[in-house]
Amino acid sequence: MTVSELKAKCVGLRCDIINMTAKAASGHPGGSLSAVEMLAALYYTQMRVDPARPNWPERDRFVLSKGHAAPAYYAVLADKGFFPRRELAGFRQIHSILQGHPDSKKCPGVDASTGSLGQGLSIAVGMALGAKLSGNGVQVYALCGDGELQEGLVWEASMAAAHYKLDNLTVLIDHNGLQIDGANSQVMSLGDLPGKLLSFGYDLAEVSDGNDIEQVMAALRRPGAPGKPRALLCRTVKGKGVSFMENEVGWHGKAPSEAERKAAVAELEGSNNG
Amino acid sequence: MAEMKAIRVAYGEALAQLGHEDPRIVALDADLAHATMSATFAAEFPKRFFNAGIAEANMVDMAAGLASMGYIPFASTFAVFAGRAFEQIRNGVAYPHLNVKFGMTHAGITLGEDGGSHQAVEDMALMRALPGMTILVPCDARETFRAVRAAARIDGPVFLRLARLPSPVFEEESPFEVGKANLLREGRDAAIITCGIMVATCLEAARLLAARGLQVRVVNMHTVKPIDEDMILDSVKNCGCVITVEEHSVIGGLGDAVGDVLLRICAPAAFRKIGVQDRFGQSGKPEDVLHEYGLTAPDIAGSVEQFVRGAK
Repeated sequence: MTVSELKAKCVGLRCDIINMTAKAASGHPGGSLSAVEMLAALYYTQMRVDPARPNWPERDRFVLSKGHAAPAYYAVLADKGFFPRRELAGFRQIHSILQGHPDSKKCPGVDASTGSLGQGLSIAVGMALGAKLSGNGVQVYALCGDGELQEGLVWEASMAAAHYKLDNLTVLIDHNGLQIDGANSQVMSLGDLPGKLLSFGYDLAEVSDGNDIEQVMAALRRPGAPGKPRALLCRTVKGKGVSFMENEVGWHGKAPSEAERKAAVAELEGSNNG
Repeated sequence: MAEMKAIRVAYGEALAQLGHEDPRIVALDADLAHATMSATFAAEFPKRFFNAGIAEANMVDMAAGLASMGYIPFASTFAVFAGRAFEQIRNGVAYPHLNVKFGMTHAGITLGEDGGSHQAVEDMALMRALPGMTILVPCDARETFRAVRAAARIDGPVFLRLARLPSPVFEEESPFEVGKANLLREGRDAAIITCGIMVATCLEAARLLAARGLQVRVVNMHTVKPIDEDMILDSVKNCGCVITVEEHSVIGGLGDAVGDVLLRICAPAAFRKIGVQDRFGQSGKPEDVLHEYGLTAPDIAGSVEQFVRGAK
């Protein structure tokens, strides 16, 4: 897939996010929109997966530790063919495979049930330990939010990742700077995040624009340091692609109205054509 | 005199034995391997043992990750820390119904000297509320071997509630079938339904009661969830009077599990719960702590006699 094709994919995924949350009249558009390029880079260019065999033991694993970005995840999985696109209309509705947060028992392609922040990285560490033990070459990826890093469990998991030398584990951090109650810096400062990640033993790559898919792809392709887990600290924009949502904390967990949905989709489709 | 052996010691040996038979068995601990005795497994299978350090929440979710890769992890720590990692057990393991086994030792007030901060009296209450969680409480070292093997065969999360103290090894005959209680002593005047190391204590209480002219049935309810309803109903039918005994709070544990069945089926029975009466534990020699909470054999015999004679 060419870069321009990938960029077009990302526009389509953003439209799906807007349409899904509008239809459900609930969900988390802001943090879904900021994570689009990371998910697209992983699923279209990096990970070894087979939508026809969602339980293939040798597949690479992905854990959406910031499980509230489920709309972005579901849009990618549907586009990859893990389940029919028509399921997207059922997001957050009764009996849907697309629960409010990812459910591995219900949705094909979801490797871990998440949504309770902090737990995903720890689960990914367990997966990476298992992959090492099996010697099957499986790579494990986890996507964390920045506010999520306030959970102590993230640092317990990070300590274990370094201790067990999990160089088959990559943590992507969606650093959009905002969380429900406001800016990270106001709610609970993350301090020197690169310094923290380095001191916990990560092979760190900083991605200055995590909404530039080429930058994310380059960081993922870069060979890692043997014996070290990798962290990609990706600076992103919450609500990316929809001007009235960008950097607006109020769009963390609010669904667009029908008028807002139309405006957002029109803007996104315009950006694709322009 | 019966051989004495701690259930946790048997747990470690059972785990190691299982490790030889099934390469999918792995073990995790949170810096208590020499107390939970998962160290016995670690010594034989160092590559299949993962210490999480003093980080119980991370241990539980790492176990979830290992289970999702096809392994059968046994995660061990003190039962009191099941509460600390409760939300990881809930969302990381039980919600996706992953194949993680919890070997939670030092359960109950017989932990003794360490005191109330470390004596889990609420762990079964927490675990019973989780859909799909199986709760096994073996009564002695021999039954622990059977319980560990049964846990490994179950497809889904299992909570093994294990005691610290050396206790009598007496269970020879009974099969271990998950969800099927064992009738260890027959009697028509009352039925004591119990689990864990209280089983031996209740058998002793039943002997004391026999000397006072009361014949008491003793049921080893080794599976607290799913509970054996048939055995409970049979006990009501044959004894009329049902008493639960547990080294756990009377809120949410074995007593409530049995009481729930009685209420749901509307079984007419005189019913009493003996256990920790909505209190925390405290330091002391295990025997002294048990007495303080009314859980020695003479205490239990006294409570049962008073209740049965009052009810009849």
